[in-house]
Amino acid sequence: MKLDFTPEELAFRDEVRAFLREALPADLRRKMINREHLDKDDVVRWQRILNARGWAVTHWPVEHGGQAWTPAQRYIFQEEMALAHAPEGSPFNVNMIGPVLCRYGTPEQKERFLAATANIDIWWCQGFSEPGAGSDLASLKTTAVREGDHYVLNGQKIWTTQAQHADWMFGLFRTDSSGKKQEGISFLLLDMRTSGITVRPIETIDGGHDANEVFFDDVRVPVCNLVGDEGKGWDVAKHLLGSERSGIARIGLSKERLSQLRELEHRLSAEGALMPDEQRRLAHKLAEVEVDLRALELTQLRVVAADAHGGGANAAASILKVKGTEMQQRMTELVTELAGPAGLATSGHDHAGQTATQPDSGWVAAAAPFYFTMRKVSIFGGSNEIQKNIIAKTLLGL
Amino acid sequence: MDFELSDEQKMLQDTINRFVSETYDFQQREHAQRTSEGWSRAAWSGLADMGLLALPFAEEDGGFGGGGVEMMVVMEAIGRGLMLEPYWATVVLAGAAIRQAASVEQKAEIVPAVASGQRILAMAHNEPGLPRHTLDVRTVATPVADGWQLDGTKIAVIHGQSADTLVVSARTPHGQGLFLVDAQTPGVMIEPARGYDGVPVATTMLTGVRVPATALLGSGHDGRAILERVFEEATAALVAEGVGVMAETFDLTVGYLKTRQQFGVAIGSFQALQHRAVDMLMQLELSRSMAVLAALSLDADADQRRRNISAAKAQSGKAGRIVGQEAVQMHGAIGITSEYKVGHAFKRLTAIDALLGDRDWHLARLVELGGVYSAS
Repeated sequence: MKLDFTPEELAFRDEVRAFLREALPADLRRKMINREHLDKDDVVRWQRILNARGWAVTHWPVEHGGQAWTPAQRYIFQEEMALAHAPEGSPFNVNMIGPVLCRYGTPEQKERFLAATANIDIWWCQGFSEPGAGSDLASLKTTAVREGDHYVLNGQKIWTTQAQHADWMFGLFRTDSSGKKQEGISFLLLDMRTSGITVRPIETIDGGHDANEVFFDDVRVPVCNLVGDEGKGWDVAKHLLGSERSGIARIGLSKERLSQLRELEHRLSAEGALMPDEQRRLAHKLAEVEVDLRALELTQLRVVAADAHGGGANAAASILKVKGTEMQQRMTELVTELAGPAGLATSGHDHAGQTATQPDSGWVAAAAPFYFTMRKVSIFGGSNEIQKNIIAKTLLGL
Repeated sequence: MDFELSDEQKMLQDTINRFVSETYDFQQREHAQRTSEGWSRAAWSGLADMGLLALPFAEEDGGFGGGGVEMMVVMEAIGRGLMLEPYWATVVLAGAAIRQAASVEQKAEIVPAVASGQRILAMAHNEPGLPRHTLDVRTVATPVADGWQLDGTKIAVIHGQSADTLVVSARTPHGQGLFLVDAQTPGVMIEPARGYDGVPVATTMLTGVRVPATALLGSGHDGRAILERVFEEATAALVAEGVGVMAETFDLTVGYLKTRQQFGVAIGSFQALQHRAVDMLMQLELSRSMAVLAALSLDADADQRRRNISAAKAQSGKAGRIVGQEAVQMHGAIGITSEYKVGHAFKRLTAIDALLGDRDWHLARLVELGGVYSAS
């Protein structure tokens, strides 16, 4: 057993660091540090810089633009991105539809979509959840009825992140309701400009407009946009949700937030804004959070190391999403506590961080919206309760 | 980065696991506990025969040169079996004082005797009236002709009753020292008791105890520095033992959830209990990660070693409490009977948190050190 990265891995880390220092635009870095909302152009701009370097879709197969990196290299890359305050690419493009098309796409679909997806020439959104199908996703009802060379879609999706910006949607639709509910679901791609699609924004508790309702009224989708076999969309969706685990606990992000907390601790103490016993309590809380983060980090590294030997399901891997999301949320809670009443005057999601009168106090206005919005991470992608159901069933045999 | 055991370490693990499962089930533990010493000399001989009593000592001193990972493997198995024998007290804790500070002559006298199972060691450090964990002592070592005189009271001396040799911490004129004290020396009075975890403890009174100059471990003024290293090594071992106890507790609990029928079904079919079992699993896995971190940190530089080992013990304290309490709760009334293993595991986890600095103590130490992560 040993903890250290190899000399080759350390050299790779230096290479990533040097690239990020050079390539990350200063305005994007500043927005990330201040927790400002990134608009679509920001995300696209950065993704294209990464893509030009060949690092936009590193875990895709090499023939589709990926890198033959080891799990350790992927871990290092993600951690360095977070520590450098680099934005993440669109998860819908990079982590979801890309890997799905690499695995299940027809040659025509790969040709048409993959390069454009890696470069975000196409901005994707995900149409999974419905008003009656959240945790119980398989009970979804939006129908796709075959009529000649088309499916005709009717129904509604909800919580569709970034649908207002999206060029295309990938989603799950019911093509057959006669059998088990997991059967008869099909995975379809649709152009968001198709007539019959209505997007309606949902305001979330951080004041943001990232989530939407999407309504389908006789929307015609060509049959060539079916991914995988008709009725086998559930298998495709499971692949999408379980494909990447070298970064699932998001240790880098939490470390970056921790360093922000440590910086705040020092600055507020130096300014006399923390009484001595407040300082002690904060130091104790930070030590507690750091212990939890260290334990999670080591657990993630155990999984990374195991994946290098072939991986497979194991107990350590199963806890990463639940504990990782709890950790991310805890960080935002602590920053919000530090902001105190001054943090009440946010100007909402879209302007967080920009309204502060003092140049370095953007964190105060950004704290609460960030705290509020981060509640979603333990809900989406299979809530933490669903994760526990899965662990109880698959690992404990309960 | 590699978290696999080597082939030799896997063999060690198989050997000790087989020993525990074949010779130390819960009935055999109960039997050992009812003897006058409160543990099994036969099991001790078994550990000696496997070479485990010599494991962490250097090869040139008559040991096998085992490091942190080997110790972790053995302690986890000892935790699984809730073993009562003085492995931690003798080989790990007092043994670390020998490893850290004994002269060649002292090692030549002690290590072979420990390795063969002939000699039991115990650390006599804790004292009444002091913080529950501290390097400080009030016991006094006064220089006298040809040696030292020791006076003071020691509590929570693990396995003090069976000890042939005590390692006693005491103030010297120029600092603090550690002394090897034969338990038969006039002036040594040992009051045996049984810990709530079943492990024997003792109060030890030292009144005008005369020891020769050769009894001193180290220089006589570096006792605090030695103790800090000794406690770090012994803390890493406790964290590993905790993983073993938690793993056993978790397995017992999941087994119970699958077999216990109420309302016509196995209680493990209830989601409220499933989620709590998963919470136990998470604490177990996080602790396993920290036991590895602690084991691999023993040879790291002082700063990393301190931070990592304190982080590990703090995590272990929280996890042990969650796992122990949840296991008892999910067993219902059977969890609070002495006839069933899970309650004993809960008590051992409680003791592990209490020993060598509980969660709060190690968090406070981390605050002093500036946190878990160094600034660099």
